[in-house]
Amino acid sequence: MQLLLQNIINGLALGSVYALVALGYTMVYGVLQFINFAHSDIFMLGAFAGLYVAGWISGIFSPTVEFAIVMSASMFFCVICGVLAERVAYRPLRSAPRLNVLITAIGVSLFLENLGQIVFGSDPRVFPSLLPVISLLEAQDLVLNNIQVIVISVSAAFMFILSYIVHRTKIGTAMRAVSYDIQVASLMGIPSDWIIIFTFVIGSALAGIASVLYGLAYPRVDPLMGVMIGLKAFVAAVFGGIGNIAGAAIGGIILGLAEALVVYYVSSSFRDAIAFGILILVLLFRPTGIFGTMQREKV
Amino acid sequence: MSLRHMILYIGSITLIFLVGLIIQDQLNPYILRVIINTGIAIILSLSLNLVNGCAGQFSLGHAGFMGVGAYVSAALTTRLFPDSLFQTIPGTGLAIILGGIAAGVAGYLVGLPSLRLKGDYLAIVTLGFGEIIRIVFLNIPFIGGAVGLAGIPLSANFFWVYFWVFVTFLFLFRLIRSSHGRAILAIREDELAAELMGIPTAKYKVIAFVLSSFFAGIAGGLFAHYQGFIDPNSFSFIRSVEIVIMVVLGGMGSLSGAFAGAIIVTVLPELLRVFNSYRLVIFPLLLIVTMIWKPSGLFGFREIWNFFKRAPKTS
Repeated sequence: MQLLLQNIINGLALGSVYALVALGYTMVYGVLQFINFAHSDIFMLGAFAGLYVAGWISGIFSPTVEFAIVMSASMFFCVICGVLAERVAYRPLRSAPRLNVLITAIGVSLFLENLGQIVFGSDPRVFPSLLPVISLLEAQDLVLNNIQVIVISVSAAFMFILSYIVHRTKIGTAMRAVSYDIQVASLMGIPSDWIIIFTFVIGSALAGIASVLYGLAYPRVDPLMGVMIGLKAFVAAVFGGIGNIAGAAIGGIILGLAEALVVYYVSSSFRDAIAFGILILVLLFRPTGIFGTMQREKV
Repeated sequence: MSLRHMILYIGSITLIFLVGLIIQDQLNPYILRVIINTGIAIILSLSLNLVNGCAGQFSLGHAGFMGVGAYVSAALTTRLFPDSLFQTIPGTGLAIILGGIAAGVAGYLVGLPSLRLKGDYLAIVTLGFGEIIRIVFLNIPFIGGAVGLAGIPLSANFFWVYFWVFVTFLFLFRLIRSSHGRAILAIREDELAAELMGIPTAKYKVIAFVLSSFFAGIAGGLFAHYQGFIDPNSFSFIRSVEIVIMVVLGGMGSLSGAFAGAIIVTVLPELLRVFNSYRLVIFPLLLIVTMIWKPSGLFGFREIWNFFKRAPKTS
């Protein structure tokens, strides 16, 4: 029972990271209808930015301030990279077939991965432990420390902020309008190019947050770390119904839980298979995800 | 098959055999290696071209089917029947064909449910299946698991690889010009219209997928029996992306484009060795630039022989 509980806690921590990354996928998909494969590598770049900044400022500030600085730096760097990718690679293809944009996204993703291997080296690095680990609760088999609590609560906080922005502010309304119909939104005077950039800003910032949280919980950083996390986060986005923000968050958490339980009850070598298994089941039986709406094909 | 075609085919195969005899010993082993790897890449890109180019579907799991072919054929020659007829050249050929058939069956099992999906969703499901196939291999100790399978007889040489390049090319060339091929092309142009014209689109999509997987499996078998060693990481997502790059660079739906793409993707990194690791960055850039400035790839839908065809008509 306690082991089950422990796995649920681990799964929640992992799942909230997936959820943050999944939000970036789902928002870009909602607005531009393509899978931004490069999102996972933005996540990776965020982790490296955090790693370097933490190295430069180590010991100057108190741990909490340091954590905040590292997280903001990582967010900032991710935003720059995300917007740059949109401006350079995706915008020229705004009117191109979706398949071309998808292939370009794969190209951007490979570019960032290979560049990362050149610049950072392909050996894994250790992410600095920014915050001292404090054990909050210790029963026989159950361990709950502050890192897990921070990962879960920070991601929850940012998800609420995101939900506020999307549903309660003017720019959020504009975002929803653009995702509904980009042409009509432009006719209504919404600057759709700026809204798309804003979408990339938010998605990339969330990836930056996720990368630092992931670094805290699993301190291993390498240029290819984004691939698997990105794929799983994408699965989470599809699971929740792509384009649906609440769906992505819930999908991420369910995926994290499923993964933790599979690792515990079956085998750790199947940890990557479960995500794809879920994906295939969802797409076969409910292709629009659990919260998605059906779209009828028009002639 | 007319006598003229028969002579043409036998002549081509003899030519490949003779060229193989000559260059097997004369050529620098490094260059020979690049040429053979290019041949395997051509089979892969030709076969993916059938699904991604001709049928207009988007598969991102081609490496998985290549892996099925490689593992099944290598398991036959190395593990299941180590001291049997599978050690001989025809036996290996048989093992490679069986590997291709296994890949075709895998393609059927994957294609049947997933071809209901379109575009991005199909891409991601095939990606998922490709990864699942790889993870399954990772977890079977009998064929080496994560360590890989070593000691595969090195029976694939220039002749066998290019023999299969010829067979694949010929098959696809004839297929596209048949009524079945036209049906597959019609699906690419407009699936709904094709359905209305009475083409069983689901059936043809599955046929395209199975044939494509079969040839990918053949390429996998040749790869295994040329390298002598395979591990699950040889068939990862990155490999699938590489094959997609070949098809896209060459031009989706063009056989000559598939050739060109495979040659570029295999030979260019070798030529760029002077740039060391920076060559890894050049490829994705090439892909992005192609997509932005020449979205239809080098050849588009056209074939190399169509470039010459037009000349006499206008004069």
